[in-house]
Amino acid sequence: MNDIQLPAIDYAALLPMLIVFGAACVGILVEAFAPRGWRFVIQVSLTIGGLVAGLVAIIVNRDLEITTIGGAVTVDGPGLFLQGAIIILGIVSLGLIAERRLERGGPFVAEAAHAANSDGDKRQEREPGATEVFPLTLFAIAGMMLFCVSGDLLTMFVALEVFSLPLYLLCGLARRRRLISQEAALKYFLLGAFASAFFLYGVALLYGYAGTVSLTGIREGVLQSEQSGILLAAGLALLAIGLLFKAAAVPFHVWTPDVYQGAPTPVTALMAACTKAAAFGGLLRVFNVAFETTAWDWQPVLATVAILTMVVGSILAVAQTDIKRLLAYSSVANAGYLLVGVVSLNGAVGSSLFYLIAYGFSVLGAFAMVTLVRDSEGEATHLSRWAGLGKGSPLFSALFTFLMLGFAGIPLTSGFTSKFALFSSAWDSDQSVLVIVGVLSSVVLAFPYLKVVVLLWLNPPGEETPTVSVPSMLTRAVIFAGVAVTFVLGVAPSFLLDIVADAGPFLAK
Amino acid sequence: MSLSQWVPLVVLFTLATLFALFSVTIAPYIGPRRYNKAKLEAYECGIEPTPTPPGGSRFPVKFYLTAMLFIIFDIEIVFLYPWAVAFDSLGMFGFVEMLLFIVTVFVAYTYVWRRGGLDWD
Repeated sequence: MNDIQLPAIDYAALLPMLIVFGAACVGILVEAFAPRGWRFVIQVSLTIGGLVAGLVAIIVNRDLEITTIGGAVTVDGPGLFLQGAIIILGIVSLGLIAERRLERGGPFVAEAAHAANSDGDKRQEREPGATEVFPLTLFAIAGMMLFCVSGDLLTMFVALEVFSLPLYLLCGLARRRRLISQEAALKYFLLGAFASAFFLYGVALLYGYAGTVSLTGIREGVLQSEQSGILLAAGLALLAIGLLFKAAAVPFHVWTPDVYQGAPTPVTALMAACTKAAAFGGLLRVFNVAFETTAWDWQPVLATVAILTMVVGSILAVAQTDIKRLLAYSSVANAGYLLVGVVSLNGAVGSSLFYLIAYGFSVLGAFAMVTLVRDSEGEATHLSRWAGLGKGSPLFSALFTFLMLGFAGIPLTSGFTSKFALFSSAWDSDQSVLVIVGVLSSVVLAFPYLKVVVLLWLNPPGEETPTVSVPSMLTRAVIFAGVAVTFVLGVAPSFLLDIVADAGPFLAK
Repeated sequence: MSLSQWVPLVVLFTLATLFALFSVTIAPYIGPRRYNKAKLEAYECGIEPTPTPPGGSRFPVKFYLTAMLFIIFDIEIVFLYPWAVAFDSLGMFGFVEMLLFIVTVFVAYTYVWRRGGLDWD
């Protein structure tokens, strides 16, 4: 009764997450007590301050390698890199979330639960939006940070829920086109809850197999356990379904286009950049730490999923007529490329991390530009409306063309260097089939991007071409960051490649 | 491993199946039949099931808010009980951690209170 061992806690390792979680809690108190007119300014400064402080704490921690709180958190090189990536991408996407010039009152409404087109819903279209989005974003980002450094599957599950629940809510807050926004929130929530249940069932079976939920414990259990291998296989399969759902891999991708299209574009950007990084951070850690020694069993399955994801994502992207859905299917295909990195195990961890940063910045820039093309109905996302934009808005079209070429993997963009790094490390890890499929699918995927470019420059403008709005400094900064990083990582990627190489393998003991 | 240790489980399973079959079969024959409006409702929980026009309509979410608030405190109690039982062995560390936990729950509570989540009308 009196010999409970308290786990050792390394507060320095937890500090980045404590800062962001703390800032989120303070944000809730600001919502409770600050006068209405001041909330927006306070929340924006608090959120950016919290994220920057968290980033500083990560940089201070950069050489840390430790497992703490009884194995619940494992801070190591890749974990810290992913945390830093998520925070940086989060700070950038905050520019879109805080944008208030494009739309009176911001891109969000105050109450998600009003029935679409009801009186209350029409009234809130003219009112300033919720400032709760800032603490919600902070909670989501902090959850993603914890997800990337989870040392056991239960912590991972809690982190998964912590970052998913705010995202479900944020999806339903779009100011325009309320109905598909609510549809997106409901679909994401129902399917996400379903996937969480799979994850949890997998954890239970793995506990039955290894007698522990810690990743390193399962690693040892794989070698020593006397339980039936069916428990391991079933547990791993269910666990992988939960993770692959968040990563938007085929056949668990069906929610992606609907949610990406319906969610407010700033939230879509946050999901495409940060959630992607977190989901693959979790996948990489689980497969590299817990199941590396049983790789022969799962590699063929995951390779099949990767091939399906690349092929289905790129082919369906060709058929899209809506720019947000196109980017959604492109994010599915990119999930396939990243899965090639997961299948290649330790050899491709560094290049996967590089890919996540490169893709994250490009996709943030692209979605930032999507928010600018507007008519009286809000964002005009149907591709036919984009025809001939190059005539009236050459700068906008030039920048968007550059990002599209980046996605298509043209040299001098990060799309090329990141795919090259990822595929060459996968080739070195003997995944030649996957690399060939990956290269072929990225050729197919280049077609929809180039179709958009042709549409912008060569097609005649339609009867009512939407205007390209002039945003505030915030969205401009996001577009600048997206384009600049896409270019810099395409021309001089070596500094970041050195950093990801230094990050080293996941801590597996 | 002998199969005999599973016998109680099989007995329980059989009894449960028989009981379910028995009660469902017998209920229409021996139960009183007094039809009224409430019999037609899905749940007799106090909310009028709204006759929704096509396309959806508004319905009160007061119960829903109360239920969510209940969950906040429910979860708090779930963690407070084991802490209270092991208070002596957890000592100062447990006390401080539990205070921090209560503070975070209180943050959510304050938000609800300030934003009018506790007003019934």
